[in-house]
Amino acid sequence: MIPAKFDYERAASVESAVRLLATYGEDAKLLAGGHSLLPLMKLRLARPSVLVDIGRLRELSYVRDEGSWVSVGALTRHRDVETSDVLRASVPLLAAAAAEVGDPQVRHRGTIGGSLAHGDPASDLPAVVLALSATLVVHGPSGVREIPASEFFAGFLETALADDEVLTEIRIPKATAGAGGWSFQKFNRRAQDWAIVGVAAARFNGGSSVPAGVALVNMATTPVRATAVESALAGGASAAEAAAHAADGLEPPSDLNASPDYRRHLATVLVRRALEEAGFS
Amino acid sequence: MTVNGATQSHDVEPRLLLVHYLREVLGLTGTNVGCDTSSCGACTVLWDGESVKSCTVLAVQADGAELTTIEGLAPGPDRMHPVQEAFREHHGLQCGYCTPGMVLAAVSFLRENPNPTEREVRHGIEGNLCRCTGYHNIVESILAAAAGGAGGAGAS
Repeated sequence: MIPAKFDYERAASVESAVRLLATYGEDAKLLAGGHSLLPLMKLRLARPSVLVDIGRLRELSYVRDEGSWVSVGALTRHRDVETSDVLRASVPLLAAAAAEVGDPQVRHRGTIGGSLAHGDPASDLPAVVLALSATLVVHGPSGVREIPASEFFAGFLETALADDEVLTEIRIPKATAGAGGWSFQKFNRRAQDWAIVGVAAARFNGGSSVPAGVALVNMATTPVRATAVESALAGGASAAEAAAHAADGLEPPSDLNASPDYRRHLATVLVRRALEEAGFS
Repeated sequence: MTVNGATQSHDVEPRLLLVHYLREVLGLTGTNVGCDTSSCGACTVLWDGESVKSCTVLAVQADGAELTTIEGLAPGPDRMHPVQEAFREHHGLQCGYCTPGMVLAAVSFLRENPNPTEREVRHGIEGNLCRCTGYHNIVESILAAAAGGAGGAGAS
């Protein structure tokens, strides 16, 4: 399968990427690792007329301990997230989830920022940044702004990013990084498949109004936080009692793999396992 | 870019996929197209020593990269790479279609994990499908290559 024709621009810096996006408007797409975008272009489900390649901006590939938070550059590859000593020590949920994305070849090319900006409810990392209460740093023509993960995922494959904005960094506060325990549950049939349902859970040691961040993969049109589970935990519910609320208010998708009812059931089972693994009883 | 040690330079359409560049422009047909949807791993090549699926990379993205295809893996015409040798010795192939991708995925995996357990090997090749379902001997081959020190040699 061959993508439809497009023009190719290579950005020399974040600023030049923003300028190119501003020039070409909504017909342009950013290309990072390309492992979400190129498959869609080959199927012609996406037909951007211009690709702005930011894949060479090595300055956006880093993991830094900033004291009270950890910063991850948007172009950090899944493999580098998975093997980062800083993340393994401070945000093990993110490192573990990155190790579950796709397969080794995908993890050698795919990037955390590309995965988040794609906004796929069936992807692993969007749910992880929701559970971790991460902040997403975005560069645009008028400067830099910060978007809470909870406000980033706007719809199916849609995010709060404007056409001329570039996601540059993900910041994870250590207070909500899962120091009290964590779990990532991914239920699928083959390694490369998207999760039929997935759960990211991080248990907090204080510093938050709820005792844990819990978010779900592939249970709605966006990655979604399991707020009913979090509230139940805050109210003193057990892991099993809280997990019973996993699908509250959600309309999970139906596809070849699973019906909505099956997904609702799976969510309660996986959330219970996740909470127990994160240290709730 | 550099492919199997030789510098290559061509003007190509932006939409040309790396696998088609390798096969049709350079004539390196050892890299197979399998599923063409980033699932099967038949098109796996090494990019700076790491496995990637060349059906999901644009040739222009690999500008400047150092690539190795199955044709460039062996150290010489009379000598196979230790992973190739292990696949031959342990019959790690049936029809052979997945083999170039399997071998290169194994080389990349052993570079990251030179002394794997069987379970780690199975995880390590999760990006490659064998439709003959010949996984048993493929795993045996990779374990044998690891025991023979291919992880160190694989870095070459």
